[in-house]
Amino acid sequence: MNQNGYKITTRNLSLSYGPKLALKDISVGIRTNYVTALIGPSGCGKSTFLRALNRMNDLIDGVQTSGEVLVDDIDVYRNDVDVVALRKKVGMIFQRSNPFPKSIYDNIAYGPRINGIHEKNKLDQIVERSLKQAALWDEVKDDLKKSGLALSGGQQQRLCIARALAVDPEVILMDEPASALDPLATAKIEELIFELKEKYTIVIVTHNMQQAARVSDYTAFFYIGKLIEFDETKNIFTSPKEKQTEDYVTGRFG
Amino acid sequence: MRKLGRKLLGLSIPLFSGLCAFFIVLIVLIVMGETIIGGWSTLSWEFLSTGPKEGMTEGGIYPAIIGTFLLVVIMSIAGVPIGTITAIYLSEYASQKSILARMIRFAVNTLAGVPAIVFGLFGLGFFIQFVGTGMDKVLSGGAELKWGQPNILWASLTMALLTLPVVIVSVEEAIKAVPRELREASLALGATKWETIRKVVLPNSITGILTGGILAVSRGAGEVAPILFTGAAYFLPHLPSALSDQFMELGYHIYIMTTQSPDVEATRGIQYATTLVLLVLTFALNFSAMFLRYKIRTRTAR
Repeated sequence: MNQNGYKITTRNLSLSYGPKLALKDISVGIRTNYVTALIGPSGCGKSTFLRALNRMNDLIDGVQTSGEVLVDDIDVYRNDVDVVALRKKVGMIFQRSNPFPKSIYDNIAYGPRINGIHEKNKLDQIVERSLKQAALWDEVKDDLKKSGLALSGGQQQRLCIARALAVDPEVILMDEPASALDPLATAKIEELIFELKEKYTIVIVTHNMQQAARVSDYTAFFYIGKLIEFDETKNIFTSPKEKQTEDYVTGRFG
Repeated sequence: MRKLGRKLLGLSIPLFSGLCAFFIVLIVLIVMGETIIGGWSTLSWEFLSTGPKEGMTEGGIYPAIIGTFLLVVIMSIAGVPIGTITAIYLSEYASQKSILARMIRFAVNTLAGVPAIVFGLFGLGFFIQFVGTGMDKVLSGGAELKWGQPNILWASLTMALLTLPVVIVSVEEAIKAVPRELREASLALGATKWETIRKVVLPNSITGILTGGILAVSRGAGEVAPILFTGAAYFLPHLPSALSDQFMELGYHIYIMTTQSPDVEATRGIQYATTLVLLVLTFALNFSAMFLRYKIRTRTAR
């Protein structure tokens, strides 16, 4: 862990899709074991920023990145960085829950298995621990053989969280994890985020400002590829320094 | 007057196009009807389970059925893995704009358009005269003629080349239908690209790979030209027991019965019944491929 309390620091991070600039000079520090929310109107670059942190943008053709993303003080865009190890350390939850068309058990065992764990009782332990951490154990413990796709939307998303936890990440990136869920399922996810920050550093992209206010400790406001303001969440929502932030959080645009 | 003309035209176009479409159905019905009527009385369990007798004017087509079966099995063992690997390369690894990927795509399309008889000649020249004769020279110093002559292995490999484009296209289609979300989920868990392909992409494209295999088999079972010079035999008293044996095949059997038989009239029933067996076989294969495709579509649309 980093001594100054920052798990991830970006320095002058810029990113473009071909000729189109999507992020401009983002410098921000994400604190260890806190929840940082990224807010802003559609197309402002918050998801792109999130995906830059574990290099998921590498999968898209024609993406150019400049600047630095330091995870535990190491620039992840350096040539000698092992992307696979980075993604294991910096896990990700997606907007649309995406369980594999496999059983609940195999969904969670997927990560440990590719990392070389094959002993049955070790896997059993990981599956149970992950499902408990994701608050799904009580609902599914009797049919772990059931397909992950047979679960409800909210359960599927918690399954994906459990799956991400199974590889022991240190950071969890969440890309609008509750945007496709009903209020009850959303509440469960938010509760979960609250519990998870004890052990993990969490970065969450959200469209829902109440959600950002409820779950996060720090909030970054993005607008057309720029970081407009970054501060403690309560300051962003009660006394923002920038006019644009104020307009957005009070619902004047966005 | 003009108004009436337009009205008539408006009525006649659907009528005319409908007739054209119906004509296609009619042809299928005639082909099926003619084959069933001509072959039904000859078709029997004995016909399917015994070999030709009395100078091929009587008896059944058992060796040809087995030969066709072996041909498509060996062809699939050779062609489906190569086609699948090519499809993986094209859809997962090659940059879509790279010259190499374009060259491969061009080659696949060209391969699909090459006439079957050219494949037959290629098989004769490449597999038999080059590879086979070369193998004989290495194995026995050219003393024994074993591989340098037509056999079921060379015929199957020639057929595999012919059906390769079919496999590549359907596997690629299936790989592309695997949702991006699933790949991302796997990569975000720290899986490498190859692990993602092996554990997520391929298991989810298995129906597509099967479809490709089945379409290739159905195409291969119906082609005669590629095996003409590479392995099919006029008549064999025994079934092939090694890769270096020749074999009988349904399509080829029909061809020789209609053109080479000493008494074409006497074998008419056998010709019809053999055609019927071949048609039923390829139709059944096509239907199962259609069914699998339907299943893929309903699943990806979940």
